[in-house]
Amino acid sequence: MTLATFIQHFLNSLTLGSLYALIAIGYTMVYGILRLINFAHSEIFMLGAYFVFWGITLFHLPWAVAMVVSVISVAGIGILVDRVAYRPLRDAPRISALISAIGVSFFLQNVAIVFFQAIPRQVYRPQWLEQPMLWGDVRVLPLTLFVPVLSFFLMLVLVYIVYHTKAGLGMRAISKDIETSYLMGVPVNKVIALTFGIGSALAAASGIMWALRYPQLQPIMGAIPGFKAFIAAVVGGIGSIQGAVIGGLLLGFIEIMTVAFFPDLAGYRDAFAFILLICMLLIKPTGIMGVKTEDKV
Amino acid sequence: MNRNTIILLNFVLVGCLGLFLWWAESSLDGYKIQILNLIAVNIILALSLNLIYGFTGMFSLGHAGFMAIGAYVCSILIMTPEQKSTLFILQAAFPLVENAHAPFLVAVIAGGLVAALFGLVIGAPLLRLGDDYLGIATLGFAEIVRVIGNNIPRVTNGALGFKGIPDHANLWWNFGWCLLTLYFVIRIVNSNTGNVFKAIRDDETAAKAMGINVFKIKLLSFTFGAFFAGVGGALLASLLTTIDPKMFLFTLTFSVLMIVVTGGLGSITGSVLAGIGITVVLEWLRFVENPITIGDWTMNGIPGMRMVVFSLVLILVILFRREGIMGMREITWDGIARFMKRGKA
Repeated sequence: MTLATFIQHFLNSLTLGSLYALIAIGYTMVYGILRLINFAHSEIFMLGAYFVFWGITLFHLPWAVAMVVSVISVAGIGILVDRVAYRPLRDAPRISALISAIGVSFFLQNVAIVFFQAIPRQVYRPQWLEQPMLWGDVRVLPLTLFVPVLSFFLMLVLVYIVYHTKAGLGMRAISKDIETSYLMGVPVNKVIALTFGIGSALAAASGIMWALRYPQLQPIMGAIPGFKAFIAAVVGGIGSIQGAVIGGLLLGFIEIMTVAFFPDLAGYRDAFAFILLICMLLIKPTGIMGVKTEDKV
Repeated sequence: MNRNTIILLNFVLVGCLGLFLWWAESSLDGYKIQILNLIAVNIILALSLNLIYGFTGMFSLGHAGFMAIGAYVCSILIMTPEQKSTLFILQAAFPLVENAHAPFLVAVIAGGLVAALFGLVIGAPLLRLGDDYLGIATLGFAEIVRVIGNNIPRVTNGALGFKGIPDHANLWWNFGWCLLTLYFVIRIVNSNTGNVFKAIRDDETAAKAMGINVFKIKLLSFTFGAFFAGVGGALLASLLTTIDPKMFLFTLTFSVLMIVVTGGLGSITGSVLAGIGITVVLEWLRFVENPITIGDWTMNGIPGMRMVVFSLVLILVILFRREGIMGMREITWDGIARFMKRGKA
């Protein structure tokens, strides 16, 4: 492998990894607060990509506007999902909320099949993202730089919100102890809604960029990236934002680099993440950045 | 009610089922018979998941994986070598795969046993994990099974799958296995081991403190569940006569989970009732996907609508009747007798 191809693979891994990381953040935030695997998150991701498509084709919005509209409306849907399907189950056994999440996921997926139809759609890509740039032997699409840069910018914004605002303080408090947070006057439901909103917005951003990278939309497009991002969150240590980023990048690198070095394994690509997950769970179930919690009797 | 009466009543019930099947076989059309067959298979699958999840409290999402294993093992065994040699067009099958041949009963049991073996092997490391983690890890297992199924064309014929699997799974086989599963699950749940299952489900730490070897018991329940999931998969393969890796997506696990949850986690009769109900409703819902004509107004069929309704039902069940149809209760002969007496008084 020449240096040039290696750099290309490296940039591809970075792109894929940062997309996984963005989705993983949503999973990890919700799990950190509610101990709930939000299965519907992968459908939120899919809706983000579709809304841009419809914004451009139906309403003839400019690309950038369509993106913003999509992110905002998908954040709204995320909050709505929490309000309708998860909030009534806050006091129920956790497994009920999990099943509700699976139900919502299938519901959104099939609603998408009904309204958007199952045929794959082509996505509009702005010209400037597609003009290859040449650096010596390395051919780089601006897209492969655009995606990680925007992703890291969004992550910085998120870190700012979580660690430097009052709402972020509320999130961290709830993830430590939800009952005490109630007592301390944290507006728990509002903060949780905000968490869903932010997580969904990031997933939508990721979906939009995913569609730029792999320009084909399908109602089931969210399932596999969603699962993998969840795995990234678990591997990184669920509940930890840094962990989600590390896990996402790690997964992106493993997927691209393994196929790059061992092309024979390409068919097993979708299994890598699951194998990584099972290994990780067996070695260190709390993940790379996770903190061990003891069961209280 | 004394034991003998109950046994007698059970025999009467099985006899009635037999008569019904005999009548159904001769006078119902193929479509309705197919629905009956699906009911039997779904009950088997629901019972096996209920054993793992409802009675032992292990949140497993790996059912599709076990079913795939059962289905592939069974299909390889019941297809004749000649059939297999024409079927494997991507790459020739391994001689062992091509020449293996067994009668249906042996094939179904083999499917179940191989699935159980996998259950044992993956259960040993995975069952240490707590609830959600276990769910995700078993889901990962099912996905890995599917991806591997796609990538070993010399055993599974790759993405093309198998076509023309002999359709041995008639009403008698399916309901026979269904009754066998039912009998086994009832016996084990009401045995001492069953009590231990429930103790682990209700409070694992307390069960451990009582000196129960939690890991061993969990593994036992998981392996049994995997066996019956494999049997269900095997019957399904022969019933549908065609399988491919795409069939064993997460959706399949989801529909089994749906039956168990709707019926009531930890209720055998609930699983049976929901198995019947949901299979029928799912078939009935096909009408929303067909064109509907009312007067001179025609609505085109909407593909996907069926699953929309289906998932909506699941959400509503979990929101408004979390414990499902039966909760953890059972319909027993004693219960019926008491009910009748109360009606009289």
